[in-house]
Amino acid sequence: MFFAQLPLYEQAILVLAAVVLMLTFFMLAHPRMLSVVHLYATQSLMLTVATALVAYDMQLPHLYVSAALTLLLKTLFVPWLLIRIIDRFEMHFEHDELPHPFLTVLSAGIIVVFCYHTTLPIAAQLLSVTRNLIAICMAVVLLGMLILISRRKAITQVVGFMTLENGLFFAAVSVTRGMPMVVELGVAFDVLVAAIIFGVFFLHIRESIDSLDTSLLSRLTEKDHR
Amino acid sequence: MQALLWTLSLPLFGMIVLALWGHHPKAHRLNIACTVAGLGFAIIMAIETLHRGPKTYLNGLLYVDAFNVYLVVLTAMVGVTTAIFSGPYMLHELARGRVSANRMRLYHSSYQGFLFAMQVALSSNNLGVLWVAMEGATLSTVLLVSLYRTPESIEAAWKYFLLCGVGIAQALFGTVLLYFAASKVVVQQEDALLWSELIKVAAQLDPTTVSLAFGFLLIGYGTKVGLVPLHNWLPDAHSEGPTPMSAVLSGLLLNVALYALVRIKMITDAALQSSQSVDPHIAGFLMMGFGLLSFIVAGIFLHRQTDIKRLFSYSSIEHMGLMTFAFGLGGPLATFGALLHMTVHSLTKSAIFITVGHASQIAKTQRIDGIRGLIATQPAVGWGLLIGTAAITGFPPFGVFVSEFLLLTATMRTWPWLTLPLLLGLGIAFAGLLRAVQPMVYGEKPNGQLPVPANMLPVLTQFTLVMILGLAIPAFLARWFDAAARLITGAGVLP
Repeated sequence: MFFAQLPLYEQAILVLAAVVLMLTFFMLAHPRMLSVVHLYATQSLMLTVATALVAYDMQLPHLYVSAALTLLLKTLFVPWLLIRIIDRFEMHFEHDELPHPFLTVLSAGIIVVFCYHTTLPIAAQLLSVTRNLIAICMAVVLLGMLILISRRKAITQVVGFMTLENGLFFAAVSVTRGMPMVVELGVAFDVLVAAIIFGVFFLHIRESIDSLDTSLLSRLTEKDHR
Repeated sequence: MQALLWTLSLPLFGMIVLALWGHHPKAHRLNIACTVAGLGFAIIMAIETLHRGPKTYLNGLLYVDAFNVYLVVLTAMVGVTTAIFSGPYMLHELARGRVSANRMRLYHSSYQGFLFAMQVALSSNNLGVLWVAMEGATLSTVLLVSLYRTPESIEAAWKYFLLCGVGIAQALFGTVLLYFAASKVVVQQEDALLWSELIKVAAQLDPTTVSLAFGFLLIGYGTKVGLVPLHNWLPDAHSEGPTPMSAVLSGLLLNVALYALVRIKMITDAALQSSQSVDPHIAGFLMMGFGLLSFIVAGIFLHRQTDIKRLFSYSSIEHMGLMTFAFGLGGPLATFGALLHMTVHSLTKSAIFITVGHASQIAKTQRIDGIRGLIATQPAVGWGLLIGTAAITGFPPFGVFVSEFLLLTATMRTWPWLTLPLLLGLGIAFAGLLRAVQPMVYGEKPNGQLPVPANMLPVLTQFTLVMILGLAIPAFLARWFDAAARLITGAGVLP
């Protein structure tokens, strides 16, 4: 099936999915913290657009609520919170370089291939659009984990966590046309509380180790303390 | 109906009032009052449910049957005893200057919030709401883990937050996949995540999607159960937070996560029943594998611990592993044993953590080699710890012995050669625990070690209950477990 033969709506969703995946790659490798936060905001904006698009095309008014929540919470509030913390700790020019950028990005590529491979059996009976979407969403979720693992600074780790959440939302919106309203609201509430707790945590971590470099948090290990 | 709503709204009420009220010397009384009333309503609801069978409430938002109602009662019960214990304990910590008045407020409010999240998770009919409540339980406890604000506790809380957050996110992805599979079968889109609907149509769900969803859900909720290799957060969070927190985390949170996993397994089993492409028993096999691995690894790690709370948190991983294994094994006998084990483990472990809290206040340290001569200093605490250890390692006449015996019997029937690693693991864990506990309770009393104010009544109650369960399970309780086992496996043990 050729891309141009798909209905316009499906084309748009696929393009948005591709952009979300690409932004995740950028977030994985970008050295500047502030830019990573901006990338995250852009990704959330794409998610908002995708949600609104599904709502419009499928005539599902409750998805507009979900789109509004995404816009307020993930595109505006969370980036605002993170940038405020960057301001406050004066970390505008601080870098968070990946230790092995080439290997990390290469493994990210492998993860995407792996996701396509895993979802192949499900997709056999489905439209090619949904097959792509499931694979891409799964890839964004796993790449979010990779960001969490490979980054050192608390802020970029939080961005990784939130990216993971974005992947989940994209899956919920594009593959299943949104979740039941009560679940959507609950999840949004959890994300809000999580973001606030993250904010509190930055202060505590900063107070306790005088830095936001979480690789310094290494007292609790399974070694003998003697 | 009324009783269930009260059970849910009392902790919510407590959370809000305690947050607004601020710290007050009597705040812990309100904390206890809320939990006691909650337990009362939970018992009323349990009696109603046992008489009337499974039922949904509030337009299908809530659902109770014999399986979850017993966990609701257990949660409420451990909530009461831990609240009673935490009153004097936290006041002592306040007097020692480890927490400030403001953090006492945070503590009490979060405690109720945690109980609320757990009760919602247990009684929710919607798998999505179940997820939200599980995440809510993490969120409400994460600031409690870092309550003391030491570098270690902040590290533990950060680890807890990120690992559990990431883990539970996988569970949400699994839930989305399950919804995806169900929305093609269920008529009403909105109902596609309702447990009561899902189990009806489970046999028609697409096996490949459901098995992939189960994989994600196993990783997700498995992180919260503390299955090896996803257990890293557990010993840290248990050891660095205040002790009442360790008691409820170990005694309750792990149970609720396992409960979620069992529910998902029921759907998965039904969906894969006649599948050609996927092994129909894959869910059970995965749970058996992870369970056995956790059981053995945690038993070995017990020998390396230098911190008393880490020691017992590894023992929790070990027992959760055993239960996961048993639920994976399936069959009425194994399920009956696992349900019983869940109960006795919760009761015993939360009582042990209460004693451990007092022990570390007596010795002013959590390091095992710093705690000595407990029986000489404060016999109630010393004997409590010794009896608790005997109970948890599976000595008769305590209930853990009975449930472990049932599990071994069930294993012998279906997978005879697996009894060998099980027995070996029990032996390793037994040696690891007793080796550490023995010098703590006996031995010379260090100079100047004084008793602390302690209320041992909750501990005594819980050990008595565990002993009664070990000697003779009351008939109504046996029927109850049997009804739950029937729901899960389709067949019961009792005639």
